Amino acid sequence: MSRVKLTVNGQTVSREVPDNTLLSQFLREDLRLTGTHVGCDTSQCGACLVHVDGRAIKACTTLAVSLDGADVTTIEGVANGDDLHPMQTAFNTYHGLQCGFCTPGMVMAGIDIVTRYQAMGQPLTEAAIREELEGNLCRCTGYHNIVKAIADAAQTMSGAAKAAQ
Amino acid sequence: MYVLKYHKATSIADAVAVLGDAEDGKVIAGGQTLVPTMKQHLAAPSDLIDIRALAELQGVCIKGDALVVGAATRHADVALHTDVQTHIPALARLAGGIGDPAVRAMGTIGGSLANNDPSACYPAAALALNATIITDRREVDADAFFAGMFATDLDEDEIITSVRFPIPEKAAYAKFPNPASRYAMVGVFVAVLDGDVRVAVTGAGEDGVFRHKGLEAALAARFTSDAVDGVDVSEEELMSDLHGSAAYRAQLIKVMAKRAVIAAG
Repeated sequence: MSRVKLTVNGQTVSREVPDNTLLSQFLREDLRLTGTHVGCDTSQCGACLVHVDGRAIKACTTLAVSLDGADVTTIEGVANGDDLHPMQTAFNTYHGLQCGFCTPGMVMAGIDIVTRYQAMGQPLTEAAIREELEGNLCRCTGYHNIVKAIADAAQTMSGAAKAAQ
Repeated sequence: MYVLKYHKATSIADAVAVLGDAEDGKVIAGGQTLVPTMKQHLAAPSDLIDIRALAELQGVCIKGDALVVGAATRHADVALHTDVQTHIPALARLAGGIGDPAVRAMGTIGGSLANNDPSACYPAAALALNATIITDRREVDADAFFAGMFATDLDEDEIITSVRFPIPEKAAYAKFPNPASRYAMVGVFVAVLDGDVRVAVTGAGEDGVFRHKGLEAALAARFTSDAVDGVDVSEEELMSDLHGSAAYRAQLIKVMAKRAVIAAG
């Protein structure tokens, strides 16, 4: 058992957990943040993606105790109060989901992809989006609307960033 | 995952000491192989010693005519680092092709080399570029480091601290990824260093990564893709599994070698 203290969606949390607790278990069972999904548990599907210290990582492949002091954002933390994140709005507009099981991971991946490409100053093409989604599996949609949603959000997100400058 | 005790190492010396005291300890950094392995109960260390944040293991820099990469450097960071992109772009591209973005956000070069998965990419780079694996107690040439599938020359409690890559005249890596796992079905890394040609093959050998002397000789004589045509790549000691037969892998080795030669320029 170890005590782990980290920031989750802007709030400091401190818990004593068994050392073998995965971040996915910690978020879902200890913090009752069940938006992070466990799809495959073999590190392939990406439904468990969360942002840790600015990077999108697989919560099912990380030990909670290894993240003492980390800053974690889950799907529950991307909206701004009642205002959806542009990525969430885009998934709605472009019907980028059916059953919704992969969707939290897709949204977290989408935000990470757009943010990284903006930071690199590289254009986010459709081909690049499809390649960057290699670690996110969807059994329902065939991916087309997910790609459209992310491409659209890239425009909205860059608009907001430029407007803020 | 079975019960374990987690330690965050405060230094390399501390990590080695804790490893020595542990019943069955293992070092962890990115955990992208170790955590899934532990979840499947294929590994059950009593203690995990986390070295991911150790200062001694960070950083990429140029030292003389070599690129030195800290063992805890993540694949995503190697792929984007200007020193790597400038001096050994083949290495940046290799790192950018490992797994998927989330794996690259955590996985490290030290972990990849210490694990020596027979289908991993970094071992091919280390072998082809004649890298030196620097540990907490010595330096090991790549030619002497890889000891078979999932085996290396490292002692039980030895920790890789950095990897030194001589800067090649030209180099390229061509991988035929498994469509599901993105591991190398076959990956061929070709490098020209001080006029010598080195060709390392991963994903194919029953004993893990290996250098192909036939390809090296042919390319040393003439560094063109059609020089590969005349080379006999034997099926012997190549892996045969549900992903592909040894014969298919032998064929892929030649195709990937040609692509690497063309990409190397």
